[in-house]
Amino acid sequence: MKAITLDNITKTYDKGKVLAVDKASFELEQGETFGLIGPDGAGKTSIFRVLTTLLLPDGGNATVAGYDVVKQYELIRNCIGYMPGRFSLYQDLTVEENLNFFATIFNTSIEENYELIKDIYVQIEPFKTRRAGKLSGGMKQKLALCCALIHKPVVLFLDEPTTGVDAVSRVEFWEMLKRLKYQGITILVSTPYMDEAALCDRIALIEGGKILSIDSPANTVKKYPGKLFAVKSANMHRLLHDLRDYEGTRSCFTFGDSMHLSFKQDSDNAVSTLTNYLTGKGQQQLEITEIPAGIEDYFIRITEKQNEQHSHTS
Amino acid sequence: MKNAVWKQLYAFIQKEFYHVFRDRKTLLMLFGIPIAQVLLFGFVLSNEIKNSKIVVCDYAKDYASQEIIRKIEASKYFNVQKATLTHDQIEASLRSGDIKMAVIFPADFYSDLSHLNKAQIQVIADASDPNTATTLSNYLTSIINDYQAEALAQTKKPYSIIPQVKMLYNPELLGAPNFVPGVMALVLMLICAMMTAVAIVKEKEMGTMEILLVSPLKPYLVIIAKTIPYLLISLLNLAAILLMSVFLLNLAIKGSVILLFAESTLFIISCLALGLLISVGSTSQMSAMMTSQMSLMLPTMMLTGFMFPIENMPFWMQGISYIVPSRYYYTIVKAVMLEGLGFTAIWRETLVLAGITLVLVVINVRSFKIRLA
Repeated sequence: MKAITLDNITKTYDKGKVLAVDKASFELEQGETFGLIGPDGAGKTSIFRVLTTLLLPDGGNATVAGYDVVKQYELIRNCIGYMPGRFSLYQDLTVEENLNFFATIFNTSIEENYELIKDIYVQIEPFKTRRAGKLSGGMKQKLALCCALIHKPVVLFLDEPTTGVDAVSRVEFWEMLKRLKYQGITILVSTPYMDEAALCDRIALIEGGKILSIDSPANTVKKYPGKLFAVKSANMHRLLHDLRDYEGTRSCFTFGDSMHLSFKQDSDNAVSTLTNYLTGKGQQQLEITEIPAGIEDYFIRITEKQNEQHSHTS
Repeated sequence: MKNAVWKQLYAFIQKEFYHVFRDRKTLLMLFGIPIAQVLLFGFVLSNEIKNSKIVVCDYAKDYASQEIIRKIEASKYFNVQKATLTHDQIEASLRSGDIKMAVIFPADFYSDLSHLNKAQIQVIADASDPNTATTLSNYLTSIINDYQAEALAQTKKPYSIIPQVKMLYNPELLGAPNFVPGVMALVLMLICAMMTAVAIVKEKEMGTMEILLVSPLKPYLVIIAKTIPYLLISLLNLAAILLMSVFLLNLAIKGSVILLFAESTLFIISCLALGLLISVGSTSQMSAMMTSQMSLMLPTMMLTGFMFPIENMPFWMQGISYIVPSRYYYTIVKAVMLEGLGFTAIWRETLVLAGITLVLVVINVRSFKIRLA
């Protein structure tokens, strides 16, 4: 049995006017950590809400832990853990009271499943008498994860768990997810951060409600067509303009401290021609190196294609 | 399984009480408003009235009547004018507003008192201003009681002087004690409907409703757990209002207290159901509050008859008043509390109220959303 299956799920809002999810299909193996990667408004939360039985799909079928999301929603609600994108605990209750409350409504107790949350809970235990609203962002996420885990769910849904959390806490959070994976819990996680995608077993890239690619992070980047170059110079601002004006440029965007550039045609002398062009423009301390594509590069590449197709058809 | 449901319910209700007791604004609203309203009205009621013009008609002119009149004259509340007026003359002076009250001693006042140990004094008050009328007759009664106590100490005779109080123009004293049932309806409506609506909408706003929905909690459990705290708080408030009206406003509960609480519980349930309905249609705490005020508070104040008589309203407004639950509750409380009537006198109102409540509960059960949209 698959942990999650989606078969041509479509979800629209405003009586069909807004298409949020467009025939999305994917499957999760048991114990798999699956990432849903895409920018804001790509349809990630809609997919989460359909799978957590909060919204009815307009079309298609989906199952969670073998149960149908429409007909057997009560059975699903018994066995999943859900952490919504927004911090959704009681701000005026203390850490301990929140945890106790959620344990009780899930018919369990903190003691019963303490082993499962121990690693996470020990970090927030010193603050257990503090009200949840007064916790830092990272602490809040840890508490929310504890609350979502307290009943030992079969499938865990984490909707953008690291949005608005500092870099250190984000790393810690993913460490925790890794440990949960060893407990055999299937995790569906969404994130707008491409660097987190690499930590999943498999990822689905989503944009405009469409699933564009489903594969392991390693295979996903291998699918990048052509070569990718990192370009640096003394004047980065002018470099961007110069590169975008260059007729051989397919795409160019700022990525950290360099420009990621791809050519329309990867001919052997492409780099030397570009070097001449840029030197002619007065660029100094020029560095052009070929680099392996990252998930973000691939994402931009395929969404570009998507947009081109759109503009051609329309 | 049964046991698990009780545990869930207990945890949920406990959580609701945490919310209530940790939010000062809520707390102030829940307990401050009822007390403030009763005290406010109570202050108006017990406002001191000084130097009211009254006329004393002494047909007895004996030892006892003179003594009592001296006491009345000594009081700062009365401005006494002595005259032997006929009944028609008294009425004319009351109507013209020259005097507020007339006190009449019958011819054989002292002989009745000394031989029979009891006598009567007639008191006629202008009750078109019910507050003043009750206050004045209360002052007079306490002066007479004073006299009785002194007489008992001196003569060792237990005199009993009975003031026969007659309220002219407004014999039922409409206005004065009537605000208590009105305030009760208003406060219960406010607490139950508005607070429940706000409490549920808050869960939606904070996103916690999402987690509650994605849990094994049964929807009916959420409803019960959300409403029980406000039911309890409302009953507590009801008790506070009743205690205040008895001890601060000297307004006795004439009928059965148990019946009063039973009828109130019915009304509270209808208010809770209204609050739930409002929460279904609201997306923010603000809108829930506004909807409650516009659609519940206003009709309760306008259409229950406690501020404006329903009979004087246009026909269509009278029609609307028939579906306002507080109208029936107001009638019931007036009957039980002020007139001391039993269930047989109010079964019709009770039945209608129960009917409205049932309809509201059914609508609620049907409209409860098991999903987000």
